[in-house]
Amino acid sequence: MKYAGLLAMPAGFFLSLAALVLFPAPAPRMIFVLCGLAVEAMGLAVAVRGHMEARGDRRP
Amino acid sequence: MTAAVIAPMTDSVFALTLALLLLAPLAIAGLTLVNTGLGRSRSAAQSLLGSLGIVAVAAIVFALAGAAFAGSPQGANHSFTLAGKSWNWLGAGSWLLGGFDSATPRTQLMLLFEFLSVALAALIPWGSGAERVRITTGCAAAALLSALVFPLTAHWIWGGGWLSQLGANFGLGAGFLDGGGAATVHLLGGLSALAVVWITGPRKGKFPQEGLATAMPGHNAVYVLFGCLLALVGWMAWNVAGAILWLHAPASALTGTALNTLLTASAALVAAFAVTRIRFGKPDTSICANGWLAGLVASSAGAGLFSPAAALLVGLVAGLATPLLVELLELALSIDDPSGAIAAHAGGGAWGIVAVGIFAPQAGQLLAQLVGIAALFGLALPLIYLLFRLLDCILPFRADEEGERLGMDLYEMGGSAYPEFVIHRDESSR
Repeated sequence: MKYAGLLAMPAGFFLSLAALVLFPAPAPRMIFVLCGLAVEAMGLAVAVRGHMEARGDRRP
Repeated sequence: MTAAVIAPMTDSVFALTLALLLLAPLAIAGLTLVNTGLGRSRSAAQSLLGSLGIVAVAAIVFALAGAAFAGSPQGANHSFTLAGKSWNWLGAGSWLLGGFDSATPRTQLMLLFEFLSVALAALIPWGSGAERVRITTGCAAAALLSALVFPLTAHWIWGGGWLSQLGANFGLGAGFLDGGGAATVHLLGGLSALAVVWITGPRKGKFPQEGLATAMPGHNAVYVLFGCLLALVGWMAWNVAGAILWLHAPASALTGTALNTLLTASAALVAAFAVTRIRFGKPDTSICANGWLAGLVASSAGAGLFSPAAALLVGLVAGLATPLLVELLELALSIDDPSGAIAAHAGGGAWGIVAVGIFAPQAGQLLAQLVGIAALFGLALPLIYLLFRLLDCILPFRADEEGERLGMDLYEMGGSAYPEFVIHRDESSR
């Protein structure tokens, strides 16, 4: 689960990068960059969740 | 503030910047004291020796290879063209600091600044892995950061890379701005700390099977608070030097840069003090110290760009957020970070970068800053985690149970930092 989250994070980055190339207008650019950051945040949340589950399994 | 036309550096500005960079290591010394004080006494000497080792390894590895990848704004680089734009993604400088003697004074100072930055960035995760990470593994992790990850981000932001060119290529303000290393040093260091904590897991006894997380207070509040004061001196020098080198600030802006650094840290401390006083009935030393550091970190990106009022606001937000972030990480997310580096450095750094976008006058600056954050979270964190995971297979980060029971001082070095004191009972047996 942690790896799935970490793999989602570069996807968010490339979405942000694509926004710069594809959208010259400021508003759609900003929206797509924010979407990219949201994907990264979701990836981070999944990775953190994976960490918590792994911790729960290994608690003494 | 753009990199369009940069006047040659006069002798007096060169001397001033060099003097500032000679003071900047006080920030490293301060952080080392904070990390040591926030750990338990049984691992204090190991913490300090490990810090020295990490600084040494980071400097050597950066000299051997990292500086070549980091490059310099006018230096050789690796680029490719995409969508009609040039994407400068990696420096192509000389190995082993070749050509350093013949470089311009500005380039030499930039390199010195990067040496200090890589040492500080490599030191940040050491505090988060305190009391359970071996010195050799900590140094090996520092080597990976110094050879691969830091040079990459330093080139993107300071070495004329694609993030610094967002202004010229896409009309996003002046490109990604980071005068004092909020991104290259602190966000990167904070994300490395997160990776280390994920890989090593918590200290023994930190999260019992039932009930809340066990409090494991630091052993020396004096170290922690004196470290904070020491860090202030280093940070002021660091931010002013960074404003000269990376933001091309005029002489009239330098006093304001130092003042903004002080104001941001002060507001952050007052906010953290107030939050902990309200929540716990008494101010909490470690969280206040982390609030102070978060304020300093938040000032790093744009102390040379903020107005004094903006600096106060930036510090206030950093100070309010830090205690909440520390609690969130420990109580809700089961992340054991003894030094609070993830909250102070990653949290404070990210906020400082965004704050530059909010308060900078150029249109599109906020977007440039957000793209920089996306690059660090989206590429740097997975890369660091992958590298550290591979390292963990060769040199395990975590010491064995005996090491944790004895304390890292006895386990790794055979002697305690405070040999004349009676060793207290074993908290980890609970």
